[in-house]
Amino acid sequence: MLLREVEYAKPTSVAQALAILSENDGARALAGGQTMINVMKARAASPDALVDLAALEGLKGIELAGDGTLSIGPMTTYTDLVVSAEAKARPILGEVCAQIADVQVRNRGTIGGNLCSNDPTNHLPPLMVSIGAQMTIAGQGGERVVTADEFFLGVYLTAVGPGELLTKITIPAGKRDAFAAVTLGVDGTCIASAAASVNGSLRIALGCVDATPVLLQPASADEGAVREAVRAAGIDPPADVHASSEYRMHLVEVLAVRAARQASERN
Amino acid sequence: MSSSRQIAVTINGTVYEREVEARKLLIHFIRDDVDLTGSHIGCDTGNCGACSVIVDGTLVKSCMMLAVQADGSSIETVEGLANGDELPVLQQAFSDHHALQCGYCTPGMLMSATALLRMNPKPSEDEIKKGLQGNICRCTGYWNIFEAVSAAAERMSE
Repeated sequence: MLLREVEYAKPTSVAQALAILSENDGARALAGGQTMINVMKARAASPDALVDLAALEGLKGIELAGDGTLSIGPMTTYTDLVVSAEAKARPILGEVCAQIADVQVRNRGTIGGNLCSNDPTNHLPPLMVSIGAQMTIAGQGGERVVTADEFFLGVYLTAVGPGELLTKITIPAGKRDAFAAVTLGVDGTCIASAAASVNGSLRIALGCVDATPVLLQPASADEGAVREAVRAAGIDPPADVHASSEYRMHLVEVLAVRAARQASERN
Repeated sequence: MSSSRQIAVTINGTVYEREVEARKLLIHFIRDDVDLTGSHIGCDTGNCGACSVIVDGTLVKSCMMLAVQADGSSIETVEGLANGDELPVLQQAFSDHHALQCGYCTPGMLMSATALLRMNPKPSEDEIKKGLQGNICRCTGYWNIFEAVSAAAERMSE
C-alpha cells in the first residue's frame, strides 16, 4: 500500500532525536514499526515525519543489576528479550513476549513501541503495571521517571508527550508473576487479559476492559477476594465483534482469579 | 529530514543502490524497484506473511518495514534459495509433500521455514507450528506444509 508522503530522519543520538521531535509538531518516533506502519496504511495516523530510532544504540539492550533490577532499553525487540539471559531474572517478561503475535512481529516489534502505542489490547501495559515497572522519559528539559500506573493515560496515549521519548524501562526484582489472557487464536490479540504479581503485596492489572490497565490490590489471592475486587472496580468494558461488554467482564474476572492463583503458586 | 533517501541494499548477494521515497514499503522496493517478484503481497496488513523475507539474518514481514529502514542491510528473498535450476532440500520437500496448491503463500512459508531450520535444525511439530505461525495458507490446511518442513529437517540432518 502507498503511504501518505512522509519525511524521514535517522538521528544518531537521543539528543538529536529529541531536537527533531521538538522542532516538528507532526513528527512521530518510529521504533519497530509493527504498529506504526500499519496505522499509517490505514490512515489512522498520518505523521508528517518519522524519526527512526534504530540507530540509537543507547536505547537497546538489557542490563541486570546486582540487586536483581532490570533496565530494558525501549528499542529491545520481543525476540531480544525472549532470548536474553539477563531477562530470565524476571521470567514473566520472556514468557509474555514469546506469546505476542508471531515470529516476524516479535523480531521487529519493540518493548517501547508496545508500551508507547498503549493499545488497550496490548500485552505489556497490564504486565508492567502489575510488576511495578518504572519508565524513564527524556525531553529536551531533562529526564523524569514515572511509575507504570502513571504512564498509561488513555487509548494510544501515554505520559510520553510531544518532543519526548521513552528511554528506559526499569523493573524491580521478583519471580512470582503470572499472565492470563483469552486471545484471538494462539498468540493472537487479547480479548481480555490479567497480569498478577505477588512480590510483597498482590497487584493485579486488567487489560482490554478500559482505556488503560485497571490496577487492583486485593488483600489476598483467594478466589473470593479477587472476584470481589474485580466486581468492585466499577469497570464497564467496551463491546466489540469479539466480545460483548458482559462477556468481557466475565472473562476478566475469571482471568484475574487464574493469574492471581498462578502467581501465588509460583516460587 | 527528507521525503526520499539514497539507500544501498544487498539482496541475494547483489547490491542495489536506489533513491527511494521514505513512504515506500520494503516489499514494494523488492518487487517494483528491483523487480524480484517472488515475494508476494497477500494482505498488506502484516497478518499473512506472504511478504516474509530475511533481513540481516532475521525473519521479517516486508510490508511492515520501510525500504529506508533496510538501508545497509543484507536481504534474502525466495529467489535466493535455489542454486540454479536445482531445488534445494526444503523446496523439493514442499513439492514432494504437496505443501502448496495455489502457491501464493509459498515464498513466505519457505522463508519462515528457512529461518526456523537455521535456528533449530531439528524442530518438533509444535516448534514448526510456532515457527510458521506468522504465515497464513488458505489452501492446504497446513498439514502438508508441516510434513514438508519436518521431512526437510530430517534430510538436512542426514
